[in-house]
Amino acid sequence: MSEAIKTDVLIVGAGPCGLFAVFELGLLDMKAHLVDILDKIGGQCAELYPEKPIYDIPGIPMVSGQGLTDALMEQIKPFHPTFHLGEMVEKIEKIGEPAFRVTTDAGKVFECKVVVISAGGGSFQPKRPPVPGIEAYEGTSVFYSVRKMEQFRDKSLLIVGGGDSALDWTLNLHPIARRVTLLHRRDDFRAAPHSVEQMRALVASGKMDLKIGQVTALEGEGGMLAGATMKGNDNAISRIACDTMLPFFGLTMKLGPVANWGLALENNLVPVETSAFETSVPGIFAIGDINTYPGKLKLILCGFHEGALMAQKAHRYVYPDKRLVFQYTTSSSSLQKKLGVN
Amino acid sequence: MAKINFVDHQGETRTIEVENGATVMEAAIRNGIPGIEAECGGACACATCHVYVDEAWREKVGPPSPMEEDMLDFGFDVRPNSRLSCQIKVTDELDGLTVTTPERQA
Repeated sequence: MSEAIKTDVLIVGAGPCGLFAVFELGLLDMKAHLVDILDKIGGQCAELYPEKPIYDIPGIPMVSGQGLTDALMEQIKPFHPTFHLGEMVEKIEKIGEPAFRVTTDAGKVFECKVVVISAGGGSFQPKRPPVPGIEAYEGTSVFYSVRKMEQFRDKSLLIVGGGDSALDWTLNLHPIARRVTLLHRRDDFRAAPHSVEQMRALVASGKMDLKIGQVTALEGEGGMLAGATMKGNDNAISRIACDTMLPFFGLTMKLGPVANWGLALENNLVPVETSAFETSVPGIFAIGDINTYPGKLKLILCGFHEGALMAQKAHRYVYPDKRLVFQYTTSSSSLQKKLGVN
Repeated sequence: MAKINFVDHQGETRTIEVENGATVMEAAIRNGIPGIEAECGGACACATCHVYVDEAWREKVGPPSPMEEDMLDFGFDVRPNSRLSCQIKVTDELDGLTVTTPERQA
């Protein structure tokens, strides 16, 4: 086990609510580390709707998902949060009153006084295509991401999808694979046009295959894939010889390991009380879309409010002997010093 | 106002009245129609409100926009009559529309 990273607060999820929690905690002198399963900051704002407008952030008539993320990053800069991206929190163990040991799937360990779960709809995980029996091949012949390219040397690859992941891996793996077949449901691709051009050139020169349709069945034994059946848009059935399949159907939100953290759950949400948005476990808070309480609205602005109240209670756990005096950023010279504006 | 019929994958039909201007997805969620998830809340960003438009209605409902087509790539068992219900706005014209929900959304 690697040495534990010590921090006041560990925030699970780097969406807008997790980011603003850094601000509210920072004003009260609490340092935070954030863990997010995505490889980027911003949660749903960055993953689902980076370019789409949000109209209900108070004081900002219109901002895009990415714009809000960028603005929050600017706002929390004075507090120097540390991000651990592409990692999923797997385990939270209680080691004090309160104190927690938090472990990620990459083996990173944190020790903190307070945990804030701002995990939105849970963790983004790859979508599994609805092909009967696909589970039997996962991890042996079916992979939803590429960690080591070498693993695919001399393989007959079936890559499914039409976005950047599908096209990038087609182009990157084509030189080392035995053969690459790209399968997509239509002859239009949303991937970057230059990748599509490169792919079409490879197809034209006979170096790879492109098929239009959808996978309907897999064949093989003991987790080893031997081929796939596809249905073309003309409903014609054909077979693709392959020993490895890489489906890229985007991401979906799954509650994931949150369910194993010993918290009370209601319909896949974490119930909290509404004076500090604390869960059934003292020292673990839940803010944003992941929590539920009477009257809950899944709005970013509500998550911001929840973060502010959370920070007041978290302060008692992190600094049990310090008295907390409520102050305004407009008039408090000590808050302004923390923000670096005075 | 328009009556919209939702047929689930087992063939059961549920009919609801929808005011003009709402999307078929919003109407489904408000009325607790099973088989529509709308994970992203209607931003055309997730393909979990996928429906099949009844053949008789395809022309009136129209084809998906290019952005919607891109999103449909993430849908499952996408067919020529597939649409994302968050992108279908209800008008008087659509009174009687029938859509079928797929076996699964994600």
